[in-house]
Amino acid sequence: MSASAEASVLITHEVGLHARPSVKFTKLAKTFAADVEIALAANGPWFDAKSIVKVMAAKAPKGTVLHIRASGDGANDAVDALAELVRRDFDEGADHVRTA
Amino acid sequence: MSGPHRLQGISASAGYAEGPLFDLDRTAAHYTARATAADEKAALEAAIDAATARLAALIETADGAAADILEFQIAMLGDDALGRPAFAAIHAGQPADRAWRQALDAEIAGYDASDQDYFRARAADIRDIRDQVLQALTEDGDVLAPAGAILYGDDIAPTRFLETDWSRGGGIALKAGSTASHVAMLARSRGVPMVVGLGASAAKLAGTALLDAEHGGIVLSPSRAEIDAFRQSSSSFAARRDLAGTFLARPAMTRTGTAVRVQVNIADPSDVDGIDIATCDGVGLMRTEFLFGRTLPDEETQYRAYRKVLEWAGEKPVTIRTVDAGGDKPVPGFTVEEGNPFLGLRGIRLSLARPQVFRVQIRALLRAAVHGSLKVMFPMIAIVEEYRQAAAMFAEEQATLAARGIAHEMPPLGIMVEVPSVAIVPEAFTEAAFFSIGSNDLTQYVMAAARDNAAVAHLNSVRHPAVLRLVAAVAAFGQRQGIPVSLCGDAGGDPASIPSLLEAGLRDLSVAPAQLAMAKAAIADVSV
Repeated sequence: MSASAEASVLITHEVGLHARPSVKFTKLAKTFAADVEIALAANGPWFDAKSIVKVMAAKAPKGTVLHIRASGDGANDAVDALAELVRRDFDEGADHVRTA
Repeated sequence: MSGPHRLQGISASAGYAEGPLFDLDRTAAHYTARATAADEKAALEAAIDAATARLAALIETADGAAADILEFQIAMLGDDALGRPAFAAIHAGQPADRAWRQALDAEIAGYDASDQDYFRARAADIRDIRDQVLQALTEDGDVLAPAGAILYGDDIAPTRFLETDWSRGGGIALKAGSTASHVAMLARSRGVPMVVGLGASAAKLAGTALLDAEHGGIVLSPSRAEIDAFRQSSSSFAARRDLAGTFLARPAMTRTGTAVRVQVNIADPSDVDGIDIATCDGVGLMRTEFLFGRTLPDEETQYRAYRKVLEWAGEKPVTIRTVDAGGDKPVPGFTVEEGNPFLGLRGIRLSLARPQVFRVQIRALLRAAVHGSLKVMFPMIAIVEEYRQAAAMFAEEQATLAARGIAHEMPPLGIMVEVPSVAIVPEAFTEAAFFSIGSNDLTQYVMAAARDNAAVAHLNSVRHPAVLRLVAAVAAFGQRQGIPVSLCGDAGGDPASIPSLLEAGLRDLSVAPAQLAMAKAAIADVSV
């Protein structure tokens, strides 16, 4: 079955979609068969969400609305799961705050 | 090289190291081209695998932030998109080393060009990946630094840091570098002394060096007397640091129970990521020059930077200084070239001469003010008219924002006390909401000794009676008039100067984050 899905979500992480969140994000994206892409604007440009090189190159800072779209098998699940990861602040919360 | 040679930079991680210099920038070994494109491709694939295996081995023993960096690098190396341009170039006839270098350099350039400090700092991580693979390609055996060495070069790779055995001392001295880099973060958490921004030196550097990462300097070819003095400072630092740890979490108080406010100086919004707000009384100085590094920043970029720090500080005050470019901090397209820049168009003089640029910063500050307890101060004020002119521009921009229905707030507007004319006649500046003594500049102007000139460093002391008398006069005047007075120069965090500053009447100091604990410990030793 072929499907497509789309969502947008606000990045609240302190320094945005940076190294550690990007690793988590691309790892999760790769668990889905669907093609997944991200963009910083609704009209693109779109980047491969399974490539950390491309995701990092998007340089999405805090406060950016991240657009996620997918097509193919499990497109809905992929978009839901990835948007949820961003919403959960990449499961980092306050533990990424170092002490002096 | 004859005689001692001193370089000044910025402390990224406080501490002392004495040891041989180890050059990080030695040219890489020669790569022998393979016979065919297929062989070149195989060589690069093998090198990428070897580099990945090496990183994976390091991750076994790494923890926390170090493991995160390595995991990020492994993920980058494992991504075909990284090597694709290189393999395309090999297919077109390039040797593997050149193809890989060019592909990665293009990637690095993308990070270098970012207007965000965090992403810019990632360039060092990608350089590291590049060099790991190049090293595997050239089969260059690992040249490890001798134990206790001071690693010296343009910048340092995170893997180099992680591979180095720091248990026997040693430190890092970088010509470029950033206090926001992964390595700086690692150095602070492991207590490895590190200085960045030493600048390019023409001299051939080798031999023993003394790294003073408490004050951000390095002495090359030191004299016997310098070595002795250094060792004294070093052991005093170690003792103070051990003691200081116990002071960090507590409010600062003198031996006799006088409360002293201790705030932090920051140069970049990401600096606050490493500070627990509970350990300080706010931000006494947030520099904004970092925003003006490459290009003039737009309003949104500035607003986000200010807001981040204000939200971090919560109810505690954040004092942001309007751009203090000029002097030793030139900005292309903004500052002017002058014969005597410390006495020229810098600080507020430059901002008033470039109202279009200044107004962008003013709007960003007014908008950010709603997110916390903001105070704004102007650098290099010499006459009250400058303050009035700047304050009038704040009022004008406030009216504009109000007319457009944009959320904003007018922060208290204060001045830096760093030009002697203000310190001598503070009564001319009672319109200012607060005074913040910039001891670095005040000292250099009172003593007529440039702070970037090692030849006159002996004159450049905040503890000279002439400087201290002015500090005391400003503190006393502020107290009489109900104008808050703080000090945000390097002296505020210098344990040797703290007794004199408190005796001069100051009760509010702002220090580098790395000096917070030591400053509190030094305060606890003073009887005022």
